[in-house]
Amino acid sequence: MAAGKLKIALAGKPNSGKSSLFNQLTGLNQKIGNFPGVTVDKRTGFCHLNGDLAAEIIDLPGTYSLYPRTLDEKVVAEVFTDQKSAFYPDKVVLVADATNLKNCLLLLTQLIDLRLPTVLALNMVDLAAKSGQSIDIKNLEKQLDLPVVMLNARNGMGIEKLKQILASPLKASAKIIYKPDGESRNLIEKIRSKYNLTSDYEAFQYLQQGEQLLFLPKEDRAFIKDIAKQNNFFAHKYQGAETIMRYGFIQDLLNDVIIHSSNEGWKKISYDIDKVLTHKVWGYLIFFLILFLIFQSIFAWAQIPMDFIDTTFAQISHKLDTLFPEGPFFELVAHGIVPGISGIVIFIPQIALLFAFISILEETGYMARVVFLMDKIMRKFGLSGKSVVPLMSGWACAIPAIMATRTIENWKDRLITIFVTPFMSCSARLPVFTILVALIIPDNKLFGFFNYQGLVLMGLYLLGFLAAIFSALAMRFLIKVRERSYLLMELPTYKMPKWSNVGFQIIEKTKTFVFEAGKIILAISIILYFLASYGPIDVMNAAKETVKSNVIGQPLSEKEIAAKIAAYKLEHSYAGHLGKMLEPVIKPLGYDWKIGIALVTSFAAREVFVGTIATIYSIGSTDDSFTIKQRLKSEVDPETQLPRFTLASGLSLLVFYTFAMQCMSTLAVVKRETKSWKWPLLQLAYMTGLAYFSALLVYQLLK
Amino acid sequence: MMPGETAVISAFLDDEISVKLLEMGFLPGTAVRFNFTAPFGDPICVSVSGYDLSLRLEEASTILILN
Repeated sequence: MAAGKLKIALAGKPNSGKSSLFNQLTGLNQKIGNFPGVTVDKRTGFCHLNGDLAAEIIDLPGTYSLYPRTLDEKVVAEVFTDQKSAFYPDKVVLVADATNLKNCLLLLTQLIDLRLPTVLALNMVDLAAKSGQSIDIKNLEKQLDLPVVMLNARNGMGIEKLKQILASPLKASAKIIYKPDGESRNLIEKIRSKYNLTSDYEAFQYLQQGEQLLFLPKEDRAFIKDIAKQNNFFAHKYQGAETIMRYGFIQDLLNDVIIHSSNEGWKKISYDIDKVLTHKVWGYLIFFLILFLIFQSIFAWAQIPMDFIDTTFAQISHKLDTLFPEGPFFELVAHGIVPGISGIVIFIPQIALLFAFISILEETGYMARVVFLMDKIMRKFGLSGKSVVPLMSGWACAIPAIMATRTIENWKDRLITIFVTPFMSCSARLPVFTILVALIIPDNKLFGFFNYQGLVLMGLYLLGFLAAIFSALAMRFLIKVRERSYLLMELPTYKMPKWSNVGFQIIEKTKTFVFEAGKIILAISIILYFLASYGPIDVMNAAKETVKSNVIGQPLSEKEIAAKIAAYKLEHSYAGHLGKMLEPVIKPLGYDWKIGIALVTSFAAREVFVGTIATIYSIGSTDDSFTIKQRLKSEVDPETQLPRFTLASGLSLLVFYTFAMQCMSTLAVVKRETKSWKWPLLQLAYMTGLAYFSALLVYQLLK
Repeated sequence: MMPGETAVISAFLDDEISVKLLEMGFLPGTAVRFNFTAPFGDPICVSVSGYDLSLRLEEASTILILN
């Protein structure tokens, strides 16, 4: 970024309308990234203030004060106390909810004491007026010594005025609201002169949070810790006193500037809605209905665009085949890169739909009620109320589900949710399940009513769910994090969603997935392509002739021969070798090397299992599941001369697919969301291990 | 305290949580109204300083009240 460019930070408490204001100011000129070293979303964008004066706008995570409770809030404290940081703002807009000024002003008084040039933006003035409150703006400006703008970030009222103020020079308020007293005085002097800080309060922040301010070099953090210790400085005691003092100031201020005419009628409506939505019976019923609608849409509605994407990319691949001359490079493009990109694009409909629903639920204020309803139950399993929606979304697809865990502020809760979500049986397992269930489970009815196949399918879903919650329970005891879990959360009044915010949310999440996780997915699919299409050169080159000479005299069509060649090539490719190498390991589970190959290739995505099985048994086209089923049924184990797919080996394979982390896209997303390879690799090892031993148990018991 | 009742906050039992509670507007001397509980009795919804909050019983039990 060019030096000297104006940097403006948006700060304020959650639900104060910061995001709406950010969207209004920047439009589509937004970038989403992470603050360095942490997985906290950093949203920045550019805004033309007037003429050619542009500013970089930084949307900070919502927080009540400078004292952090969560990772998100730590970022805010660091941004405001690190003057050398690339994010240190020149000006700050504090967005406040005018209907509830008291809590919003706490952070403002801290910013004033930090000597940061700040504008107070009073948002939702329309709602404040409805509730019978009027605010004496002139008086407020005078008492705080900073400019105040009235705003309605939803329809854009007041935005121009705000831009004007931001474009002109802005002085920091000359007020000092909180003066740390007593024993802390000389410590503050010491720190202030050592680090050359602009305000006493900033020095006080160093003293309070020194250990957690990660931008300070280690020796400085140790220095601060030492002098705090030597002087018996107890951070909590000071924080409590400071907060009470600040609220005292705010209360006096509000008594002065707010003119009440009591009318809380608009809140009553919210209470009435709450009576139904958090009711013992209706509350859960409505929640499950909404969940059902979300699933339905992800399963059914997303299927249409997904099929379209699938066929379009298959056609592109096919077209390229006919257009390109033969050669390894063109093969790679047509059969490696194009399907790889298809494997990324295909998730977009599901991601867009899920986040459309989630952001509507958040915008209306219902999400806070879901958390409220489910917290008690989920906490028994080491999760929080906020884990419910991601976990349930895992039934459709783990990828958007894991991205949805960003709403969980507590790091431990979030990590556990991410870790166990892939156990929920996603829609990609369905093709594998249906083929195998149809193959090994008789199509009979229990009590003439329950279909056995349906029961087994349901059992598999249940099994995945149980694995998820019990793994969560185990992790609750294994992960030691000092961070305490809180559920201090505002229950906002119900509102209609603002549709442009919903749109921005969809675009943001889709972009994140395509550009961040997409890279890894593409890379792994190219590697898998090489494994499945290349092998020792002489064998591969001779494939055509070998197969042709083997089938001489058999009345086979051109197409059948081509299928045989494909099967031969796959058998002798590196993936085929891997499959054979795996055979001794997977034999106790009842699998042979052919299934081994399918296990290797379906690491790209579970549904690839069906396609690979089709190729290896040279069925040709995968369109007809009937022929796959027929073919699989007649496959025999060469040693025992018994069918390869028995109840034992079939169930063992089903259990394997229920538990195993056979999805590189999920791994890519987990890597992105946890910022390290540690968690996805642990997850891979744990899930594959569990899958292996459960499948082993099933096969050995039923054999 | 029963749903629908109002009380005045007097003090806090836990230093660490009290800082957060203070920030959210639970100030000594302020009125707090217990609105309703979630279906299994936890968490609960209260009104304080002019807005509604949810908190777990575990958190609520660190707040001392006078009534």
